[in-house]
Amino acid sequence: MFDALVLQFLNGLDKGGAYALIALGLTLVFGTLGVVNFAHGALFMLGAFCAVAMQRLLTLSTPVKDESVTFFDAVKDVPYLEVWFGDAGRTIIGYSVPLSILLAIPVMLLVGLVMERGLVRFFYKRSHAEQILVTFGLAIVLQEIIKVWFGANPIPVSAPPGFTGSADIGAWLGLGPGVVYPWWRLVYLAFAILVIGIIFAFLQLTTYGMVVRAGMRDRDMVGLLGINIQGRFTVVFGIAAIVAGLAGAMYTPIVPPTYSMGMDFLVLSFVVVVVGGMGSLAGAVLAGFLLGILQSFASMNVVNSLFPGIDQIIIYLVAVIVLLARPRGLMGRPGVMES
Amino acid sequence: MDRASQRNDFILMAVFALAVLTAPVWLAPIGAAYPDLLQKIAIFGIFAVGFNILFGLTGYLSFGHAAFLGVGSYTAVWSFKLLSMNILPAIVLAILVAGLFSLATGYVSLRRTGIYFSILTLAFAQMSYNLAYSVLTPVTNGETGLKVTRGDPHVLDRLFGVTVGDSLPTPELFGLRTIGWEGFYICAVALIVAFFVALRITRSPFGLALRGIRSNQTRMSFTGFNTRPHTLAAFVISGMFAGLAGALLAVTDPLAGAERMQWTASGEVVLMTILGGAGTLVGPILGAGIIKYFENIFSSFNEHTLEQTFSFLPEPVRDAAVSVASLFVGEGWHLTLGVLFMLVVIFLPGGIMEGFRRIGRAVSGRSAARRADKLQPAE
Repeated sequence: MFDALVLQFLNGLDKGGAYALIALGLTLVFGTLGVVNFAHGALFMLGAFCAVAMQRLLTLSTPVKDESVTFFDAVKDVPYLEVWFGDAGRTIIGYSVPLSILLAIPVMLLVGLVMERGLVRFFYKRSHAEQILVTFGLAIVLQEIIKVWFGANPIPVSAPPGFTGSADIGAWLGLGPGVVYPWWRLVYLAFAILVIGIIFAFLQLTTYGMVVRAGMRDRDMVGLLGINIQGRFTVVFGIAAIVAGLAGAMYTPIVPPTYSMGMDFLVLSFVVVVVGGMGSLAGAVLAGFLLGILQSFASMNVVNSLFPGIDQIIIYLVAVIVLLARPRGLMGRPGVMES
Repeated sequence: MDRASQRNDFILMAVFALAVLTAPVWLAPIGAAYPDLLQKIAIFGIFAVGFNILFGLTGYLSFGHAAFLGVGSYTAVWSFKLLSMNILPAIVLAILVAGLFSLATGYVSLRRTGIYFSILTLAFAQMSYNLAYSVLTPVTNGETGLKVTRGDPHVLDRLFGVTVGDSLPTPELFGLRTIGWEGFYICAVALIVAFFVALRITRSPFGLALRGIRSNQTRMSFTGFNTRPHTLAAFVISGMFAGLAGALLAVTDPLAGAERMQWTASGEVVLMTILGGAGTLVGPILGAGIIKYFENIFSSFNEHTLEQTFSFLPEPVRDAAVSVASLFVGEGWHLTLGVLFMLVVIFLPGGIMEGFRRIGRAVSGRSAARRADKLQPAE
């Protein structure tokens, strides 16, 4: 029983990591620009497809004579990397997902900046309903473009060869033999914590981050001090896009990406943000992990036999309860987004 | 209300009823005059009109209205199964059950405003959707969808001695079938009634109070006005409209599935209302019509029909035009929808009705200016 609990806890952590990363980006954008970005899930999806693109890029192939067939001249497709570097090339291909980070960072930064300068900045002063609607439209457009390029079916992406198996967590913690956990999920969890740590360090420890935080408090005052706060907020939007993109790229070995994955995550992440409290970064992270873990526990057989269907609704149920008991979410500031 | 505006409303009502009833005639030139499409437009028109009573008048943006539509559909199909194949009890029951359901949802959700309200309604709708797929399968028949089967009791039908033949019974209104043109006219009458109710609500003191809540809820409360019962009433009314729309969906095709309750369906009705113009009377119906029309037309296009459309162009240009246009039609219809949606929100926040008003103002403004020019020398 205890083993099962530990396992579900871990399962919840990696999903919670994804929720937390997306919710963090949403909160950053909302806290700085005051914009409710419904296209944030689409950024997560774009990041996932960066990993797919990287995989395609690395496995660009050339026809090579197949030596194993001796009766006739057979030709097979071999990736360029393998032709050039042999086994080393094959290893590089295996590591396409971590390598896709290199692709995802510049691509997502560019997408974020273009989105902010091209669309979002015209919506600072418009109502939240209009912000939601225009970014919702943008999300549809982005996901349809991806659908045209990559098709509608999920595209399997494999974890690097060293991480395909499962870690024997049970042995580490002195638990039963049944407690095994896929390596890649552990990596994802570590990655999520790392990224969250970097964002918080950036905001808390650097001068740039301090100015951004000051701007979140009182934008006009920072502007009056002669600081170009708008430029910094635009950069923050780019950073939020990168975070969402990285969360998506690293998630691909866990769930094969499809063009519609962004919307599924967006709805949940919004619930996460609201439960955490609009505008609170710590709240977003906390609520992300909390809801991920709760969802994971709710899917246990024991719980499900007690409350049938609880695994399907737990997140929404928690959201309803939290919003009614604590109107501003777990860690929200008063007066934010209440009208 | 003074007599002039009363007369205006009467004219509006008459013109609207006439326009709806003659839709098969004047929509024929654009290829929309077939009953299936017109039914859909009328049904989603009702849905959007109801949504507009909440969103357009009070400003509360609900992201969960599809749940009421789904509840209406399920209720209607259950009424077919258990009571009678006559559509009247189905419609009445669907409206009542959707009303009760929205009363419960609204009572909780309306304790919060702004985005918190949106998320609460979304949460309720998603819970209904997920439960309809999983635990409530005995009631909703899960993924297969709920439908009328042979061997259903049809208690009322049996009571009144209506014999159910060997074939699968279909919904009817005292012997009138509910598919094809008859189906459209049933929906059209429902739409006219719904529009009339919405018009009366908008013009009533209650409607005025709702608009007061939209423009400044705090001030309304300060004047000693309890806003909660009013917003709740608006919520329930719009839920009942959604229930009616759901029932009509079941009437024209007695099959109810959970996908009707998904949040994308809720998003669609928001879109229709915004596209047409939130807060206006005719706008939501216009939005529903445009979206359903383009959905049908665009998704039926394919490469071949496109090549015919562009056949007047020289070949290289034609190929380019076809390959660009093919992104936006057929499977890619959602892309068109997304682009359309963004363009409307960016350039025409008031929706199509706002566009009409602007055109109207420009025209009258110009003629007024011309009149002023003419008057100038006389001065």
